[in-house]
Amino acid sequence: MQMRPELLLPEILVFLGGLVVLLGGSFLPRDRQWIARAAAALALLGAAAAAALAMAGPAQSAFSGTFTVDTATGTARVITALTTLLVLGVASGEIAGSPRESDTYALLLLATTGVMVLAGSTDLLVLIVGFLLASIPLYGIVGLTGGRAGAEAAMKTYLMGALSGILLMLGVTVLYALAGGTDYALLQETLPAAPAAAVGAGVLGVLAGLLFKAGGVPFHFWVPDAAQGTGATAATFLTTVPKVGALVAVYRLVATVSAGDGSWLLVAALLATASMVLGNLAAYWQTDPRRLLGWSTVAQVGFLLVPVAAAGRSDLALPSLLFYLAAYAVTNVAAFAVTAALPEHRELADYRGLARSRPGLGLALLVALLGLVGTPPLAVFVGKLTTATAAWDGGHGWLALVVMLSSVLSLFYYLRWFAPVFARPEQHAAGFPGRGGAAAWPAVTAGVAAVASLVLGVLAGALWAALEGPLGM
Amino acid sequence: MLSLIVFLPLAAAAVLAVVPSIGAAAARWAWVAVSVVELLLVGVLWAGYEDPGPNGLAFEEQVPWIPGVNSSYHVGVDGLSLPLLAMTAVVFLACAVHALRDADRPRVQAALFLFLQGVSLGVFVAADLILFFVFFDLSIVSMYFVIAGWGHGNAVRSALKFFLYTFLGSLALLLGFIGLYVAAAPHTFDIPELVAAAPLAGDPLTGGLVLAAILVGLAVKTPTVPFHTWLPPAHTDAPATGSAVLAGVLLKMGTYGFVRIAMPILPEAWRAWAWVIVAVGVVSVLYGAFVALAQTDLKRMIAYTSVNHMGYIVLALGAVGVLAEGAAQARSVAVTGAVVQMVSHGLITAALFLLAGVMQDRAGSYDMGSYGGLAAPAPRYAALFAVGAFASLGLPGFSGFIAEFQIFAGSVAVAPVTAVALVGILVTAALFLRALQRVFTGPAAGHTPGFEDLRAPELWSAGPLLGLSLLIGVLPRVLLEVIEPASAALVGLVGR
Repeated sequence: MQMRPELLLPEILVFLGGLVVLLGGSFLPRDRQWIARAAAALALLGAAAAAALAMAGPAQSAFSGTFTVDTATGTARVITALTTLLVLGVASGEIAGSPRESDTYALLLLATTGVMVLAGSTDLLVLIVGFLLASIPLYGIVGLTGGRAGAEAAMKTYLMGALSGILLMLGVTVLYALAGGTDYALLQETLPAAPAAAVGAGVLGVLAGLLFKAGGVPFHFWVPDAAQGTGATAATFLTTVPKVGALVAVYRLVATVSAGDGSWLLVAALLATASMVLGNLAAYWQTDPRRLLGWSTVAQVGFLLVPVAAAGRSDLALPSLLFYLAAYAVTNVAAFAVTAALPEHRELADYRGLARSRPGLGLALLVALLGLVGTPPLAVFVGKLTTATAAWDGGHGWLALVVMLSSVLSLFYYLRWFAPVFARPEQHAAGFPGRGGAAAWPAVTAGVAAVASLVLGVLAGALWAALEGPLGM
Repeated sequence: MLSLIVFLPLAAAAVLAVVPSIGAAAARWAWVAVSVVELLLVGVLWAGYEDPGPNGLAFEEQVPWIPGVNSSYHVGVDGLSLPLLAMTAVVFLACAVHALRDADRPRVQAALFLFLQGVSLGVFVAADLILFFVFFDLSIVSMYFVIAGWGHGNAVRSALKFFLYTFLGSLALLLGFIGLYVAAAPHTFDIPELVAAAPLAGDPLTGGLVLAAILVGLAVKTPTVPFHTWLPPAHTDAPATGSAVLAGVLLKMGTYGFVRIAMPILPEAWRAWAWVIVAVGVVSVLYGAFVALAQTDLKRMIAYTSVNHMGYIVLALGAVGVLAEGAAQARSVAVTGAVVQMVSHGLITAALFLLAGVMQDRAGSYDMGSYGGLAAPAPRYAALFAVGAFASLGLPGFSGFIAEFQIFAGSVAVAPVTAVALVGILVTAALFLRALQRVFTGPAAGHTPGFEDLRAPELWSAGPLLGLSLLIGVLPRVLLEVIEPASAALVGLVGR
């Protein structure tokens, strides 16, 4: 067992990038903050490249087996780095020139580091580190970019985060006491012999923390408020990036504890069902597009938890989860980026006639929303198909049925949004801003993300091969 | 070759969609040109077609797509799909010609219809469940935009209903596909492989559930009673060309799914549930006919006759599953009749909907009561509509007769009780004659004075469709020679 810090190169790059942006940004004049943004983008690109290169090699572990670099970690790193890059694209329109610009970039990079650590940790203590590193900058981002409504959202996020963080640490304590260690390999060996009730309490505590990060039921209350109340940059980031790390962590944890006991798979299936049903039903009544998307991300967490219920029982489980994460990330960013390009349009009805005045933006929104529904050949369709197949293959055929029914539910509210987009505009409508200006950045980001969502779907086969590595430990 | 047929319209659609500088006339004629090329390509395909044998495909192409779940881009045609391919190309060409008179955003309209044409052709050549589903779902999405964007009346609401309903159906279908995948060993989505393996044989419970999911999915699309409620509003509010494609092509995807997927892959479950399917078919036939009889809105009436006509197909395919000793010949006749009916209904109903659209264009109303004596100012319109009506009610000499005769000859031999559905033919005859009489004969009334007769694009879109129906009715051999070996093969697969 060695330290081998070089295996953490992507995390180190993003973290150092965050520090450089934070310090350097303080010395840059207001109109030259783009340099900080460029530095942040460079760090993220470097991290993505390093992570992709690392994926070519075999699974390895660093720091005495507490951090694993396998296919899951590699994919999560690439997704988080590239998604944060897209978030920078949204930010370039919204917060360029604002007093807190480089601070926000720095916080984004630090939170991204935390998410990466969360994805790769195979030790409960490292999991706590990842959780805190991913959460604390998040509170800052929510508060910094939100204005007045953001304060409430930040408070709610902070309280929820503090509570679930405590539950997480409590769970870790219990599991540590039972197993005599925090290493996943050790947990897998010793937990089956430990008292079931105590193990249950411990694992549920850890799951609570991770579900907060993922924004899944029952720790989802902060998500719609944060998505609605904060700025577009923060909303895009916090509904997309933390989920990647949290869900990979959930998968690792469930795969570890379900080795001797299949009932944890059922728990995952029930959590998935709760998120899917509640998220989709709650989204139906929303009239604010941002809040609607917030609830839709809660529902998406449900879909993402579906393959977890097949962990270890189906060969499709892990690759389908990773693929869905990538698909979800680009599609969700595309939808949020459209709302960022139209910051004054905060009602679904305001989108009436968008397709005629801004066809490109209308098309990007269409791709994003149809993508989230799961329309082929967009990426989320492949994700939904393979995750539902994995669930059935893993013995939960009913979960596949729930996935399909929830998808129908979701169509209702996505249709409420994109039906007006293609309707004839009203006579007295306020109209839409022109193509140029600050909103050009998010508009371009929406286009890029929408195209990525299509390309991922069509080229799913080529990517699939890269996702089929086993889980390291 | 097949890929060219599928992707040429998609590529043309993409070009039309992203180049805003293409003028209106150029867009309309480009649409016609691409449709003509498509028809020629299908003609070349037909000329070079040789029957590939049971569970074989001609002009096969296969490229791995998602190897992780054994899904590939796998296309091919056989005697069941080739006639539908040809019918699709013909119907879309007719729509392209019909739309030469349209002025509402022609460039986007052409792009949308070409896209729809590509995905519709894709459904009929797909030999992989996921590929089938991709095209199936995209046809729903593009039809939604056709209805919502170019419809009239309460178009947005009807489009929404159409989308929700058929999307629900498509997800049921997907669920069934996943069930087939999980049940097959090794896991695969490839249709010929699944047919060869016939998974779930010997597991009546799961087999029945998977079949139920697939049947619900396809029944919504077909549509059969009780899943038909989306159809009348969608048709009433859709533009003429949209209705023609919806009735002519999209409904066939449901019944085509029966013969391509449900019957050969789940023969045991199909036989077990054959009586239910026959019953649904009979109810659809009778219900569709009687409800159509009660309509005063011409387009709604035609829409309900679609439920009736699609019911014959379901009835025939159900009868195939009813085992009767030594009746292989009769069952094969029933399948052939069902496939001919798909082609025939596609041609005739598309023509009728295009003709009904003329009413909306001239007077803005489909209400049969507000017309009368229309034959005097519009003789060509009256003549063509009469031909369409007679073709649709199954007059000998038209394709509908060949189809329905074979359906009943085959079904009644296997299951005599299906003869009750013959009442449907009588009712359809009555309702079409009554409609003709109300709209075209008698004194001029309502919107009739000043009603302009058919213009060239209208004449040359509906006319050839009915001409083809007549041609099939007089010379059915060309079509039957392609279908019959495939029907015999399908009957063999269901009888396993």
